[in-house]
Amino acid sequence: MKTALSFAMDFGSYAIKGGTKYYAWLLFLGFFILVGSYTAYLQFTQGLIVTGATDQITLESFFASFVFTAHVAAAAVLVVAPGYLYHRKDMKELAVIGEIVAMVFVATGITFVLFHMGRPDRTWHIMPGIGYMNFPNSMLAYDTIVLNVYLILNMIGVVYMLYKKYVGKFEAKQLAIWFKPIVFLAIAWGPLIHIVTAFVLASNARIGSWHTAVLPFAFLSMAGASGPALIILLFLLIRKNTKLVINDSVIDLMTTIIAWSLGIIILVFAAETFTLLYPGTEHASSLRYTMFGHNGLNMYVVWFWGVMVAIVGSFVALLFSKVRRSYDRLLPLVCFVVFVAILTEKPMVLVFPAFSPTPLGEYAEYHVTLIEFFNVLFVWAIGFLSLTLILKGAIGILTGEVRHDKSAVASQSGA
Amino acid sequence: MSEEKIIDLKDEDELRQGRRDFLKHVCTSSAAALVLTTTPSEAVDSASNPDADATVAEYFQGHFLLMSEEEKLKAIARLEKRYSAKYMKKTTVANTPAPDGVLFGYALDIGKCIGCRRCVHACVKENNQSRNDPEVQWIQVMKMPKGNIAFTADQLDKGYPEKSEFGDYGVQVGGNAYKTAGLSTEDAQNYYNDELVPDKDFFYMPVQCQQCEKPPCVKACPVRATFRDHAGVVLIDYNWCIGCRMCQLACPYHARRFNWGEPNLPAEEMNPKTHYFGNRPRMRGVMEKCTFCAQRTREGRNPACQEACPVGARKFGNLLDPNSDVRQVLATKRVFRFKEEAGTYPKFFYYIG
Repeated sequence: MKTALSFAMDFGSYAIKGGTKYYAWLLFLGFFILVGSYTAYLQFTQGLIVTGATDQITLESFFASFVFTAHVAAAAVLVVAPGYLYHRKDMKELAVIGEIVAMVFVATGITFVLFHMGRPDRTWHIMPGIGYMNFPNSMLAYDTIVLNVYLILNMIGVVYMLYKKYVGKFEAKQLAIWFKPIVFLAIAWGPLIHIVTAFVLASNARIGSWHTAVLPFAFLSMAGASGPALIILLFLLIRKNTKLVINDSVIDLMTTIIAWSLGIIILVFAAETFTLLYPGTEHASSLRYTMFGHNGLNMYVVWFWGVMVAIVGSFVALLFSKVRRSYDRLLPLVCFVVFVAILTEKPMVLVFPAFSPTPLGEYAEYHVTLIEFFNVLFVWAIGFLSLTLILKGAIGILTGEVRHDKSAVASQSGA
Repeated sequence: MSEEKIIDLKDEDELRQGRRDFLKHVCTSSAAALVLTTTPSEAVDSASNPDADATVAEYFQGHFLLMSEEEKLKAIARLEKRYSAKYMKKTTVANTPAPDGVLFGYALDIGKCIGCRRCVHACVKENNQSRNDPEVQWIQVMKMPKGNIAFTADQLDKGYPEKSEFGDYGVQVGGNAYKTAGLSTEDAQNYYNDELVPDKDFFYMPVQCQQCEKPPCVKACPVRATFRDHAGVVLIDYNWCIGCRMCQLACPYHARRFNWGEPNLPAEEMNPKTHYFGNRPRMRGVMEKCTFCAQRTREGRNPACQEACPVGARKFGNLLDPNSDVRQVLATKRVFRFKEEAGTYPKFFYYIG
């Protein structure tokens, strides 16, 4: 108990120590949390009317962002799996970073869902026992289960790994017998949350552009691109600013995953576009609207083609080893482009245009309101703040700067 | 105009009828008697000073269908108290069960419909929807161009591809008949603002909740806040809905409306004769939709839209009764269901006179 307390204390005090840049980053996030607290207050007192959502386009940017967080959370297993499934030595230590990313992003996603709900105060209605969960009929009930289980699995993994490392008993023999099954379950659960999230959308037969069997494939390939893109950026930052050793081989593996995930995305888009546009039935209306506009409504056209250019461009760029090996310039740039492209794809291509035409033939555009925008930033800021603090503490433990054996503590501040 | 007056008179009759029902209800229910003891002045007081106990109790109440009879009476008494205070008039919240041996069905003659939207407004008036900013309407009337689109001889060689040795111009895009015609949502106008209806070049098709036998919304709801009663009507427990809008995503008829903000229902326009699953005032952040006027039809009356229709295009009745209007229509007319391909088996039928 005492050890656990000192673990929490040491972890916390290391996480909040840092250089000027580190504090500037925390302050930057703090600004959005401050503004966001006010806009969130407005939303929770006035209702979703402060967002741009309507009965025609009923999902707002919160739901779109939730799908994106599910991408990244699912993809974090790509950092865990090589170490545990393929026994790659260079990645076994880093597995905990993957689990931290998964944990924080799935928590961020759940927060987005709470912002999406009209009555977040009634969330308890879905809890079996005190409420009623429409299982096994409702896809959202499945999603609630898989997301929360994934969150718990990763929390157990993260805390246990860091704690064992902290007390210096991280050898295979010293780990509990239940630990490995938990890690493997978490690895299997990553794709699962994403497939279920895809089914939440694909189950709506009336929305032509979601009602397709390729949706889970599109989601998993986008996860494979956007998740590792973020992880490469994190690894490059960590490698530059802390003493944690991350080999080039790790970065190269992630780059390969991004490149071929992008390849699969292109194939999936091409297959979907062909299947819809060649026969040109009513199911193609929504895609045609996204690609070319409809009677002068063409807000999404530029986003659609912009995202397509970014995805194809990044794919082609990653085929050059010069780009892949440019760890300090080109590679982070490509990763940033991939991350932002898939982040904007969610609302502007996947979610908003899918609602047109409505069942009664209406076409509509979605205009994000300022309050909604700051609420999205609010949730992201909380997510990135947690990610920063937890990663910082974890790096302290992984590098051995934070450990239970006080005699060996090197009091040094990192990033 | 005379028709509107008749409708208004009818409504007043119903209101009187409603008050009689209210008194009957009070006599039989001790819980509701609490409402009677609230004098108007007290009611006003609690409006400015919301009854905290009632609100907290309401917050913790379970799914209405899973409550015991005693809990149901308590929940209804709470609501009646809150509504009476808020709208400054005696409000009843009925809990009339759906009648046994009845399957409600609806038939609408699109050949007769003139697009006057009296059904839309009668529905808003009856069902206590938000009135302005925004006005929530449960019925949406589509105005569709008739089939006689302009086919012109000078268009015969237009379209893509332009020329071929086969002479089949425009087989891909833009040929002479490259327009939707007839029953298609593609060119439907939902917000027409005509001074005179019907427009001779158009026909009209009102759409509301189709009361599907296999409702995708019920399947999608994660908390079972929406469900189908044994008379076949899909209802919502507004106090149980969590506002996730999965039902709205699932509905292929655009029949569900969400309370994006606090509903704006002026006290003087509020209809005080309500039903728990029907027209009682809703709160912010919950879903609502057509209930076939649960407050009326569960007491053997017709829905407000059916009564408001000036041309008799709307028929309502019991699908189990071979002599009901709806069954007569089904037996003798050319009937179809809207979006049959959605596999929802609506109990709302359209026909052409």
